[in-house]
Amino acid sequence: MNARYRPLMATTLIFIVAYALCVSQYPGMWSTRVLGNFLTDNAFLGVAAVGATFVIISGGIDLSVGAVIGLTGVVTAILITRLGLHPLVVFPLVLALAALFGAAMGAVIHFLRVPPFIVTLAGMFLARGLASVLTQDSIPIDHPFYRTVSSLYFKLPGGGRLSAIGLTMLAVFLLFGLIAHRTRFGSYVYAIGGNPVSAALMGVPTGRTTVAIYALSSFLGGLSGIIYSLYTSAGYPLAAVGIELDSIAAVVIGGTLLTGGYGFIFGTLIGVMLQGLVQTFIVFDGTLSSWWTKIAIGFLLFMFILLQNLVFNRQNGPAHLRKGPA
Amino acid sequence: MKAQSLSSFFSHQVIALAGVLLINWMVFPGFFDVTWKDGRLFGSLIDVINRGAPVAILAIGMTPIIATRGVDLSVGAVMAVAGAVAATFTVAGHPLVVTLAAALAVAIACGLWNGLLIAFLGIQPFVATLVLMVAGRGLAQLITEGSIVTFSDPALIFIGTGSLLGLPMPAVIALLLMVGAHFFVRRTAMGLFIEAIGTNRSAATYTGLRSRSLILAIYAFGGLCAGIAGVIAAADIRGADANNAGLWLELDAILAVVIGGTSLLGGRFSIPLSVLGAVIIQAMNTGILVSGFPPEFNLIVKAGVIMIILILQSARLGEIAGAIRSLKPFGRKMP
Repeated sequence: MNARYRPLMATTLIFIVAYALCVSQYPGMWSTRVLGNFLTDNAFLGVAAVGATFVIISGGIDLSVGAVIGLTGVVTAILITRLGLHPLVVFPLVLALAALFGAAMGAVIHFLRVPPFIVTLAGMFLARGLASVLTQDSIPIDHPFYRTVSSLYFKLPGGGRLSAIGLTMLAVFLLFGLIAHRTRFGSYVYAIGGNPVSAALMGVPTGRTTVAIYALSSFLGGLSGIIYSLYTSAGYPLAAVGIELDSIAAVVIGGTLLTGGYGFIFGTLIGVMLQGLVQTFIVFDGTLSSWWTKIAIGFLLFMFILLQNLVFNRQNGPAHLRKGPA
Repeated sequence: MKAQSLSSFFSHQVIALAGVLLINWMVFPGFFDVTWKDGRLFGSLIDVINRGAPVAILAIGMTPIIATRGVDLSVGAVMAVAGAVAATFTVAGHPLVVTLAAALAVAIACGLWNGLLIAFLGIQPFVATLVLMVAGRGLAQLITEGSIVTFSDPALIFIGTGSLLGLPMPAVIALLLMVGAHFFVRRTAMGLFIEAIGTNRSAATYTGLRSRSLILAIYAFGGLCAGIAGVIAAADIRGADANNAGLWLELDAILAVVIGGTSLLGGRFSIPLSVLGAVIIQAMNTGILVSGFPPEFNLIVKAGVIMIILILQSARLGEIAGAIRSLKPFGRKMP
């Protein structure tokens, strides 16, 4: 067993144990129905979290994802409902726009050397503001194509439904997992996250890669926005508020190091599923209020950060500071 | 040299504020009208400092944090927690002193928690404060049991809506806090310590600075400021709304500090300029409202302002770094 997979194994193990505990209390949770709904209900979060994983592995952060989801949803809804365009024409268009938006942020981050945190914050304001200016209300999407896709599903044994959007999320995880771990671009992302200076000295095209990373994150934000619009059959400017934090939480819980250079796309899937598990458990319980979700996710986040710290600071942390006179 | 750079910065923010106020005056000629009624001042200008006070208070706490290369994302959530504590205590019939003490103590505890994670466990500030940002609103809802707790204690409401010497109470509190904090950091060595940690924490530690305790204290102060802002926000609406109190204000506070000229990369800082930054943001907000534009434009304008500031700062950076960049193609994490 390769040592670098240990954090991933730990996360997976925790998910399995947590799921087993939930099932032991509510046997009803052990069904393909619940599993299928896991995937459907968290599809937009999962897709956005894949983008966040790339950004975080490269040592950056993207706070604009939630706003991009809102903006894409609104633009999609306007183009389909008000202008009467076919969704299949609209989708590539909004995805391209989203990718351009991200590329612009990446360019500012790299060429103006501004911390990603503040650039994507500005991007968040901009996207959320544009969406709110376009419309204040939720725009319903009532197109035959939408009705078809949202009711499309595979029947799983046991009555569960693997919906089209759930399947899309799994496909995104698979595809981008391969990109991260099996392509040159993926290696560049890890290299920049490990140490941007040495990456540049080794010949990694840091500028192009940084722009591509943020374009990819916003592209997936756009895809997540489309999924969200399919999920709710509407475009709403305040959709997915705070999703950036949930996706960062999913990435961290999935074992990706927030300082960059280390992480797994698959781990993020587990992180998303663990959050879904917490929500489902609270729904099953019925007596716990929804705010426990936030406390539980905050607690999980803390535990995993602590774990990462213990594992990684032993090796290469700021040891000189620890021994300093304090 | 420091005084010089500070004064040149000062003029930037003052010009910016004057510009914003001028635009406000052009689109809404009655902007500078201030009237005296019922023992207090009224007018758009007064409204700017009144509404801007919570962000200004947050910015006061955020300035030393950003100056030490940190950031506190949890201030909005801590505001909600402090508001929830204040509301439940006053509803339970506790006197004002106990209510305030409890709310502020909880807020300081939140700040200490952040500081503990950052200074002693060595977790990145961004991540450490994210925990409380996510969990904080849940805690606040736990305290209020999911409902909006309303109260009618006149003493507590006075903090949010009362007035002192004609000025609204929140503005008075913000002003006192700013003056107190500014003199504390500039009349003692505290300011230098903060700048030393922000410039190079290891070096500061080796020169004998107790950087851990200092960082802990700085985050506790940030928590205290968030607590004060939270009590004001709750007193203003006479209730604690765990979901919406202080929502997005952490971003406004960071923006105010950045407008105030404190670099996100640590080092130089100024508390009064951060407060001025908060006033500029509020002047833009109020300007958009009084000129009849929908409030949604606010976000776009804010995004535009951030970008302009970043590009201006970067152009200045670029001159110095131009030569270095030609040698090393990537300079984001230059040692």
